[in-house]
Amino acid sequence: MTSFDRAKWDVVVIGGGHNGLVCAALLAKSGRRVLVLEADAEVGGSARTEEFFPGFRASTAHLLNRLHSEVVRALDLKRHGLELSRRPPTPNPSPQGGGGLGGAATTSLMEAARPESLSPLRGGVRSGGISGSTFAPSVALSKNGNPLTLHGAYGEALAGATPAEQSAWKDLRAQLLRYAAILKPFLSRRPPQLGGGSFGDMAALGQAALAVKRLGREDMRDFLRVLLMNVYDLLDEQLTDDRLKGLLAFDAVLGSHLGPRSPTSLLGLYYRLTGESGGAPGAQIVPKGGLGAVVAAIRTAAEHAGVAIRTGAPVAKIVVEKGRAVGVALANGEEIRAGTVVSAINPATTFLALVGAPLLDTGFVRKVKAIRMKGDVAKLNLALDGVPGFAGVEAADLRGRLVIAPSADHVESAFNPAKYGEFSPEPVMEIVLPSLTDPSLAPTGSCVLSANVQYAPYALKEGWETGKPKLLAAVMAQLEAHAPDIGKLVRHAELLTPADIEARYRMPGGHWHHGELQADQMLFSRPVSGWSGYDTPVEGLFLAGAGSHPGGGISGAPGLNAARRILAERRKA
Amino acid sequence: MMTVATTMAADDSRRAAQSHFRTLRLGTPFQPRLDALAKTGDWYNWAGYRAPHSLWGEELEYFAIRSQCALFDISPMTKYRIEGSDAEAFCNKVTLRDVTKLKPGRVHYTAWCDDEGFVLDDGTLFRLSATRFRLCSQERHLPWLLDSAIGFDVAVEEETESIAGLALQGPTAFACLRAAGFAGVEKLKVFDLAEFPHENGTVTISRTGFTGDLGYELFIGRDLALSLWDRLMEAGELHGIRAIGYTALNRARLEAGLIVANADFVTAEHAIRSNRTRMPDEIGLGFMIDPAKAHFNGRRAILEARARKKLRHVLVGLEIDGNVPAEHAIVYHRKNREVGLVSAAMWSPMAKRNIAIASLDLPYGDSVTDDLWVEIYAMCELKYERLMKRAKVVPRPFIKLDRRTASPPADF
Repeated sequence: MTSFDRAKWDVVVIGGGHNGLVCAALLAKSGRRVLVLEADAEVGGSARTEEFFPGFRASTAHLLNRLHSEVVRALDLKRHGLELSRRPPTPNPSPQGGGGLGGAATTSLMEAARPESLSPLRGGVRSGGISGSTFAPSVALSKNGNPLTLHGAYGEALAGATPAEQSAWKDLRAQLLRYAAILKPFLSRRPPQLGGGSFGDMAALGQAALAVKRLGREDMRDFLRVLLMNVYDLLDEQLTDDRLKGLLAFDAVLGSHLGPRSPTSLLGLYYRLTGESGGAPGAQIVPKGGLGAVVAAIRTAAEHAGVAIRTGAPVAKIVVEKGRAVGVALANGEEIRAGTVVSAINPATTFLALVGAPLLDTGFVRKVKAIRMKGDVAKLNLALDGVPGFAGVEAADLRGRLVIAPSADHVESAFNPAKYGEFSPEPVMEIVLPSLTDPSLAPTGSCVLSANVQYAPYALKEGWETGKPKLLAAVMAQLEAHAPDIGKLVRHAELLTPADIEARYRMPGGHWHHGELQADQMLFSRPVSGWSGYDTPVEGLFLAGAGSHPGGGISGAPGLNAARRILAERRKA
Repeated sequence: MMTVATTMAADDSRRAAQSHFRTLRLGTPFQPRLDALAKTGDWYNWAGYRAPHSLWGEELEYFAIRSQCALFDISPMTKYRIEGSDAEAFCNKVTLRDVTKLKPGRVHYTAWCDDEGFVLDDGTLFRLSATRFRLCSQERHLPWLLDSAIGFDVAVEEETESIAGLALQGPTAFACLRAAGFAGVEKLKVFDLAEFPHENGTVTISRTGFTGDLGYELFIGRDLALSLWDRLMEAGELHGIRAIGYTALNRARLEAGLIVANADFVTAEHAIRSNRTRMPDEIGLGFMIDPAKAHFNGRRAILEARARKKLRHVLVGLEIDGNVPAEHAIVYHRKNREVGLVSAAMWSPMAKRNIAIASLDLPYGDSVTDDLWVEIYAMCELKYERLMKRAKVVPRPFIKLDRRTASPPADF
């Protein structure tokens, strides 16, 4: 049993979200005595799996598509029980199952993309990866029962489109992945420090420049041309299928206050494609046990490394003496001292609430207050009496991600009201039925539906008290249009507005990324310019959460980079 | 369709809201008196106000400061009222010096910096009570002060327009105030302040100034401004009181070794070129830094610059051979290496020396002080006479007058 009364901790980590745990584990592995303080009764933040109705469990984050390979390796997560939906591909596809993929409308893009990993089964199921996992397909739903499906790692195979569109998609996919790969190395390192940067910083920029150059002249020009472009226009250049364009437009803007036509919206798609699962860029997994199982593996790894975890211990204050963080004070008044304080919670909360503006320079306070972090995504959890049917979707594909985004125009129209503080009357959403992958999440014969619904602005003009039932009605109408009679299956509906997400997970603005992930809040501007390297103006205080580079999603990258930064600092000292 | 009439009405209301186009230079509350005395008509723009360079003769105005007493309108100076239970803590965060050591009824000269430790301005902080301050400065800072107030229980508002100010400086300044009937003013020591009745209100008088001489500054609500002026001018008549303009004051402040923001250094928000900003240590204000006090803006950057020896400049007083003022002259080491620039210079009638304030690139002016020269271009009937004069680094102030600090102050 770990004693919490040890005279002195080397490191105290505020926040037991996955990034806090990753950072704590890595620091503990280096021999430091590390204590993680989690305000809630359970670690994991929005990735924790919770019961939302008796017998029904879900996590707010519901897909794994960017857990960083270096995190998996450094924490040896496989050994610590990371089980990523190991179920082998269904040997005999159900009558309407995977077999349908081989039809004339499907061309396998896998051969082109990664010939070495071609699965014996054509289509969306492939082996390989960290645990022979099944990559979840993405299905662009259609009201008239004519969906389009991206199989494998982000559409290695495309089902339901014309041959011409498949060919166009093959080219576009290859291009997107090629360009995303240039940005990818930045994920697992400190953003280059502009001005006073080290040799390493300059080298990182140099490597990126070299990678761009290696694309060849035409490709390089195109990379630079489209980098800050909006996703809508790029899709229009290359594709014709509204369903495919709708899906890609949705993926580009999911989790941000942007419409597909907003400048720079393509960056969101790149961010998604810099993520990978099992070595396959863009691949997504519906993990067994929900994201909570992933958190459990990280927690086990942390504890195995010697990290002490204390839950139900909200931090009220970071104790600063002579410009240096020397520990924290809990809400109950208890003070815990440590040589290093790591804040794996929201940066604005860290500085404005825990440190306090009086102890920070005015210019820095201005920057922190200016971080845009008003979420636009609501979370729907449905307890269903049975598996809903989605028009035209094969049973096997129900285990994947179902997206309602009929066209890029529809996504843009859905965004319009959000600019003026109203929710989308016909929201776009991504749906996962996690209990199909892990039956333990729902009683036998029942089903859990988990959906991210956009756009639901944090600061709803009419207020969420009256707005929430109206949004729920709009969401259910949209669901009903794509899954007829789903309403009759609903035993319980839980809708979390950004305001609810804020309250439940202590995420200001209910924002997944703890700060909009847009060009002006990325890399060396994340969380604020001048302080993007995980260290802070308060000596001994470091940031390690999604509010720092590279951003949110279940990646562990901010925690990983922060730990490396802290270790490098110590070596220097 | 929008009618022509409504368009015009909208234009009119917009024009009405743009009164600043009609009065390009505001008058101060003392403007009627200044206008009456302004024989030279030599005006300049001081923070948007019409202020006199001189009123009747800059040479004699200077000597009014040194041998009689001079009345100078400081109303255009930017003034902030800072009040609240956290006012002390707020001022302590914003400014460099330790405000917890500033007692109610006292004034101190201080400065403030941005995050990078670059000086935003210097000024005086008046502690009017335990919870109320007045901050006077050259530049405007309201957005900075309001953002600095986040997390403090304090209200900050600009009172530049509502508060009128006068500086009364010179050897007979005290006698003048005594004659005007400000009982108890003799008790004020340097940097003390107190309130005194004037008509149906009060005037705050502090023993402060910008001349290095015996002197006082008086702050009063703008309604009572003119009657205060009249009271002083009347009482001071036999004590040689004279209204003066800025040129005279500027000479006096140079003799006193005092610096002026955006004349002797470029404030951080005005600097366009990144190497023009200055840290306190680089403009002679290092004495204000107190690492032991509570957090203040720029602390981390300033202490880091000190520790890593990143300071690049030093502000020095120079004594220059000859009697030609070296204004804006380049400073050389061994007559050939350019090492700095003179920002203010004059022949000092009081010191009987040719003096200057200059900014030098380290190590010149610090560890290397020998063999310094200034290159003066003296215009003589449309021809420059180039003079290379030896300069010596000397301590500031250039003159030290016992009467400035004498307590009680000398009567006349």
